Amino acid sequence: MKMNGAEILIESLKKEGVKHMFGYPGGVVLGIFDRLYDDKDIELILTRHEQGAVHAADGYSRSTGKAGVVLVTSGPGATNTVTGIATASMDSIPLVVFTGQVPTMLIGNDAFQEADIVGISRPCTKYNFLVKDVNDLARIVKEAFYIATSGRPGPVLIDLPKDVTAMKAEFVWPQDVKIRSYNPTLEGNKWMITQAAHLIAKSKRPVIVAGGGVILSNASKELKELAEITDIPVVMTLMGLGGFPGTHPLALGMPGMHGSYYANRSIQESDLLIAVGMRFDDRVTGKIDAFAPHAKIVHIDIDPTSIRKNVRVDTPIVGDAKRILSVLNKVLKEEIKEQWGEVRNAWLKQIQAWKKERPLTYTYSEEVIKPQFVVEKIYELTKGDAIISTEVGQNQMWSAQFYKFDKPRMWLTSGGLGTMGYGFPAAIGAQLAHPDKLVIDIAGDGSIQMNIQELATAVINKLPVKVAILNNRCLGMVRQWQELFFSERYSHTKLDETVPDFVKIAEAYGAVGLRATKPSEVEPVLREAFKIKRTVFMDFVVDWKEKVFPMVPAGAAIDQMMFDEQKEKTEKKLKAVK
Amino acid sequence: MRHTISLLVENKFGVLSRISGLFSGRGYNIESLSVGETIDPQISVMTIVTSGDEQIIEQILKQLNKLIDVIKVVDMIDLDHVEREMVLIKVAPRQEDKAEVLRLTEIFRGRVVDSGPKTYTIEVTGDEKKIAALIELLKPAGIKEFIRTGKIAIARERIKKPSV
Repeated sequence: MKMNGAEILIESLKKEGVKHMFGYPGGVVLGIFDRLYDDKDIELILTRHEQGAVHAADGYSRSTGKAGVVLVTSGPGATNTVTGIATASMDSIPLVVFTGQVPTMLIGNDAFQEADIVGISRPCTKYNFLVKDVNDLARIVKEAFYIATSGRPGPVLIDLPKDVTAMKAEFVWPQDVKIRSYNPTLEGNKWMITQAAHLIAKSKRPVIVAGGGVILSNASKELKELAEITDIPVVMTLMGLGGFPGTHPLALGMPGMHGSYYANRSIQESDLLIAVGMRFDDRVTGKIDAFAPHAKIVHIDIDPTSIRKNVRVDTPIVGDAKRILSVLNKVLKEEIKEQWGEVRNAWLKQIQAWKKERPLTYTYSEEVIKPQFVVEKIYELTKGDAIISTEVGQNQMWSAQFYKFDKPRMWLTSGGLGTMGYGFPAAIGAQLAHPDKLVIDIAGDGSIQMNIQELATAVINKLPVKVAILNNRCLGMVRQWQELFFSERYSHTKLDETVPDFVKIAEAYGAVGLRATKPSEVEPVLREAFKIKRTVFMDFVVDWKEKVFPMVPAGAAIDQMMFDEQKEKTEKKLKAVK
Repeated sequence: MRHTISLLVENKFGVLSRISGLFSGRGYNIESLSVGETIDPQISVMTIVTSGDEQIIEQILKQLNKLIDVIKVVDMIDLDHVEREMVLIKVAPRQEDKAEVLRLTEIFRGRVVDSGPKTYTIEVTGDEKKIAALIELLKPAGIKEFIRTGKIAIARERIKKPSV
């Protein structure tokens, strides 16, 4: 049966099992939106900005493991998706983004609402397509989903000229995908894996560094097994949180710029790093020449370009983390058969000592709400069983430090690109995929204003997303840098009286607004918010002077950490008094 | 160190910009680039001359391999191969230098493809050293401009060494 391009597109999406997509209509995609009008199987969530649509699809994908799908119009609709696409690209999140395009005849004519989105998105997509012939459409959709979700996942964009969506063709759904130039390596080299096992057997002070790849390849179980059979402590990068249980005795939390003291010390003192699905980002390594100076490095990654890009690697293993770890575990159990308990004792004791020496902490106050206290309370009340998204900056780092993730796909944060405005729409996408879960966006007063219009999306779709705004009336992380490195010259970071009344904003959109100004109000506000089955904004008026510690200054080695001096002075005084 | 990289790529629109975008986006340098169809019209071959230390070249090769439209990447430095480049040189010699220019052209197995009242245009093919040498020798005679195709390279047939 012949169908037009719009119908072929919808049919193809159904074949891919798409139930939800996010988008915004416009001139050249009218035909597609018309097909969606009475479609029973696919629900399109109208966001209030195309960037919100992409972040929502991203949150949907991170929380489910499926590809997120977006449909927007040409020109500004397409260009508005770029930040969202770049966010997904940096964090290897599978998305398929459909953009409308002016009719083929007009491409290149500077037509109304024309943008060369294939050109614009080329560096921030894994691949992109311009569909020139309706007969290619079904195959391209199939290839796009395959490319987005296989290998190192990433966003794929499909540009659909208006005339192509109107032209008719036979709908032929391809049986399988074969792209001769694209064959990701999945199985790790056995010889290399054995070599890694021997390095593990020989090492005295090993550390596992788990990244987002563990979550993307669903390798949490295998990682836990590896850590447990070998008694190796696990550090999780920002993207890897939840890849290994945060409450596990072997968990050391996050390394790097705002990592824990013990995570950074462990890396610096280790004699073997087993890096799994992480790419040695500069926020993790700090000064690269001084990073893990005594360690041999085993690097497991599906992307060969990640290996030896930033650090020297002794044993590279290219492939899928889940498969490699299960082979590695087998080798360790069957061939090495070491009893690790004794071997690791000294090392684990040392790490315990570091944990005691400088735990992640802050100074509680009775007068003013500490932002860390809010995060701690959220963790306490949800028992770690909520999907948490964040914006970017202090709110993100405090969430990473003080919320413990025991399971993967519960933590949604823009790690690589660091996109403010990510968290709220991402929470909306995750809530849509998990209607019964508690989904909380931990936000700042700056970040939340970058996609605050999505309140309408949450309210109209009855998505009971909770937003905890750590309102410090400033762009906190930048202000922190200005305080520490720019002699307290707060250039354009103090929002003060220009911060809107978030309670009123929430109410204006039909959501619920709550506020806490004293520490004693934090818990009641959270309890009330979690009880209400509606979208809730919680305005926590917090201490604006609070900073994220520990902190490794840019360009320093990761064991050159700064700590909260204020706190340490008070503690010294207290000790002296005693 | 300078490397000549040979790429087999899908002959689709946009492939060239994916490759050049990779180089510019990551700050790698392209010294020359040439593209043409292969015996299979769906595949093009590109020859890229680039330079960098070992780590950069490794990244370039891996990043190229990662591009979806790239079928095969070969670093010619690993292979016994033949390299050629063609150059068209327009010289405007003084009357007394004309004979020398023609003689040099002959020595370098080039030929004059255009001559006007004031200039000769010389076509020469060869490897990098040969072309550099000719340009050097013609300079005193007055080169007005030259244009080069960029290098192309092909691997030699592998001959199995007879086992003695």
